[in-house]
Amino acid sequence: MIAILKYNAGNIQSVQNALTRLGYESVVTDDKKELMTAEKVIIPGVGHALGAMKYLAERELDKLILSLRQPVLGICLGLHLMCHYSDEGSVKCLGIFDAAVKKFPPFDKVPHMGWNNFSALKGSLFRGVSAAEDVYYVHSYYSEITDYTLAICDYVLPFSAAMHRDNYYAVQFHPEKSADTGSAILRNFLEL
Amino acid sequence: MLKKRIIPCLDIKEGRTVKGVNFVDIRDAGDPVGLARKYVEQRADELVFLDITATIEKRKTFIELVGRIAAEINLPFTVGGGISTIDDAALLISAGADKVSINTSAFQNPDLITGIAKRFGSQCVTVAIDTRFNGMDWMVYINAGNTPTSLSAVEWAKRAERQGAGEILLTSMNADGTKSGFSIDVTKEVSKSVSIPVIASGGAGTMEHFREVFTKTTCSAALAASIFHYGEIPVPGLKEYLSGKGINVRR
Repeated sequence: MIAILKYNAGNIQSVQNALTRLGYESVVTDDKKELMTAEKVIIPGVGHALGAMKYLAERELDKLILSLRQPVLGICLGLHLMCHYSDEGSVKCLGIFDAAVKKFPPFDKVPHMGWNNFSALKGSLFRGVSAAEDVYYVHSYYSEITDYTLAICDYVLPFSAAMHRDNYYAVQFHPEKSADTGSAILRNFLEL
Repeated sequence: MLKKRIIPCLDIKEGRTVKGVNFVDIRDAGDPVGLARKYVEQRADELVFLDITATIEKRKTFIELVGRIAAEINLPFTVGGGISTIDDAALLISAGADKVSINTSAFQNPDLITGIAKRFGSQCVTVAIDTRFNGMDWMVYINAGNTPTSLSAVEWAKRAERQGAGEILLTSMNADGTKSGFSIDVTKEVSKSVSIPVIASGGAGTMEHFREVFTKTTCSAALAASIFHYGEIPVPGLKEYLSGKGINVRR
């Protein structure tokens, strides 16, 4: 069973729909036991970092996420929450990735909304995916590039499109909304 | 490189697409999900579904349809039509819509933009602006283009951005339905005046019209309906053409 973390973020249903299309059973839950015993956990979301961290802390889900040993995938806001700090509400985040989340400087349209490709790709998440393929982004905040970065996207400046450390994976784009390329990336995660 | 988006728009009445659809290999041309699936195959970048159902009772049909689209389609999509409260927006978003498009209700109550943005994020809120040139300026029209207002499209777009809009869908009433090209001047002005993405709409008749709007303005996307539905301009052909002209599109 794949657990999708239930918290105060949007787009959760879209992630579950994508898993169903790929033939995976999933449950949207904030139940600690269900999360601990799930084969894999997905932290989806569009939302606000401060509000989301507050919500997780109140329910001690922040500690729980850090204790997980199965593969975990953060999507969009999920990636931000896995970094150590976000400018969105000036909030300390989970600190899985030693990266800060910042707002795009106003040199181009913000949010970064639409299809964009990669300038570097590595790791099993991207097996069978080429850097020329596009995925769908919608975000106003981005994560710096670190040693954990698996893929780089360039918009206004280069930022982390994907990161990986131990059992934790995170993507800035929305694989659940990124047509066939997104499905391939999700499938790669599900088959880890 | 961020790609320029090509967005087919489907008008929905009582759960069915209206205006003819001319894809030969769609068994049921009135079924929005079938048509949407076709556009996914054609690599359209996003879809817009506008509910033009007149009665409130029929809204349920649209919400059910949004659920079916979200279950089957792995592309971002926007829904609009008849959204006048945060709860209206919430119903559609929880059914699976990525964004909601609001027009008259946003103009009459700009706090609606802020309310939806606060609850679901700015990226969920597209403010649709219908504009007509009055000989002096491009003015905003509301109530499906029937009621003139005293605000210009540029002023209203800036205000909508301040209120929390994540995107502007700008339709030129002068150009809409003419197939004589997008209204370049107002698209350029509005795109320049706001820092959020602008979707150009109204007037697309040829592939060259898309090239023109993408090269002469900083709009992020272009929307059209019948030329795509009737297959006059197939999405893959349009993208090949634009790419050949040096415009970055998703292939």
